[in-house]
Amino acid sequence: MKYMALIYTDPALTPEMGAKMNSDYLDFTRRLREAGAMLAGDALHPVSTATSVRVRAGKADTTDGPFAETREHLAGFYMMDCPDLDAAIAWAAQIPGARHGTVELRPVVVFG
Amino acid sequence: MIATALERVMRQDRGRLLAALIARTGDFQRAEDALHEAAASALVHWSRTGLPDRPEAWLLRAALRKAIDAWRREDRAARNSADLLHLAEEEASAPDPDQIPDERLRLIFTCCHPALDQKTRVALTLRTLCGLTTAQIAAVYLDAEPTMGQRLSRAKAKIAAAGIPFAVPGAEAWSERLNSVLTVIYLVFTSGYTAGPAAGRDLCDEAIFLARMVLALRPGEAEAEACLALLLLTHARRNARTGADGATVPPAKQDRALWDATAIGEAGVLLAGHHPEAPFRLKALIARAAMTAPPDWPATAALYARLLAFEDTPVTRLNHAVALGEAEGPAAALSALLPLAPALAEFQPWHAAMAEFLSRAGAAEAARAAYDQAIHLTENPADRAFLAARRAALAGESPR
Repeated sequence: MKYMALIYTDPALTPEMGAKMNSDYLDFTRRLREAGAMLAGDALHPVSTATSVRVRAGKADTTDGPFAETREHLAGFYMMDCPDLDAAIAWAAQIPGARHGTVELRPVVVFG
Repeated sequence: MIATALERVMRQDRGRLLAALIARTGDFQRAEDALHEAAASALVHWSRTGLPDRPEAWLLRAALRKAIDAWRREDRAARNSADLLHLAEEEASAPDPDQIPDERLRLIFTCCHPALDQKTRVALTLRTLCGLTTAQIAAVYLDAEPTMGQRLSRAKAKIAAAGIPFAVPGAEAWSERLNSVLTVIYLVFTSGYTAGPAAGRDLCDEAIFLARMVLALRPGEAEAEACLALLLLTHARRNARTGADGATVPPAKQDRALWDATAIGEAGVLLAGHHPEAPFRLKALIARAAMTAPPDWPATAALYARLLAFEDTPVTRLNHAVALGEAEGPAAALSALLPLAPALAEFQPWHAAMAEFLSRAGAAEAARAAYDQAIHLTENPADRAFLAARRAALAGESPR
């Protein structure tokens, strides 16, 4: 099954993306890839760079930044291929961001 | 007569049949629907042809056929051809329930998966393994039936969509997952203990049934033995826990002649031997220490302190404080209770404990206020009667 792991972190609480954090992510990504479970994964620029787009009455409306004032923001993601939720949870628990933020696991809908 | 026989088979074998069906269809809802349909057609057929030799085998075969029919109706043959073939083979081979591996351990681990919330775990376990109806489960929680129905169908949909495996966990997750299962069993028990028999089902008996089932499928599992011992020790006191006046009687003051000696004996056997320290073992030992005459409070306090290493929750801290107070006096209890005020401000037992130890410390006025608060927070009439009597005794000691 395909699972999307969405990594939410509080920018105020996130340890600076120093050498340690970087190497933790590199290490996790390498292990995920070697296990054949890595489909995709990336980090995102901060929410201050986000643009929200809505189409209403046929017209695209663009606003600066996010909608909600939440503490934790989407900071990155992995798309993983796992046999079941237990395997996905085991990987998610190893994502460095899970130590100070929250990783939301969502099964991916398969069409057709 | 046939209806009664069917009801008996369903009561006795429902969990096992359902577990076997889920293992083969991989789908909770489909398995439940198929078994439901099979039971309906059993009523028709058996009324005509009489009770079959092996009613449970008949039901399993019929349910498998219903599941295959449902699959064909959905016209998903292409995608599920492998499943269909597997099911068809099963059906053709006329399964004998004695030959079918008992899949109920997989079922209970799936129902108690940590990806489901706790209330859902309890509800799903009562539904699938104990065979309670949605209405009966709703009654336990004082929920509306449609609300509980939605909770159950959301859970079944999540199990399928999120890929929660129908599996017994491996060694790396075993103790944590077993604890989740045993906690659900314990919650089933406490719901029954608080509510009494509701909607015709005694949840205390259901919990003991579940604990015995886990133990039968995993003989010698120390924490499962300890969980069963804890339930038996608590259940052994059921006839002594309320006095003639309807008020709760604490274990130390209960009439021991009313305790169930057989259950206590069985618990003793289950707790014999040396096992690594674990939460249910500690809780069972605590229950046993409360039943010695007189209760061994220093041992109880020490056991709670060890339990805190596993479960550092405000409620465990409260219980520890009470045992400490009984062992060492009110000052020790109050200094352990006070820091818990913010966490337990709405929790009746905290106010009751404060009242008790304030009263022992001679602070009658403060004790009275704490009893008022505890009585205000109590929904259980027996507890309210107990607290009111304690408060009255207080007033008698120090009239205003």
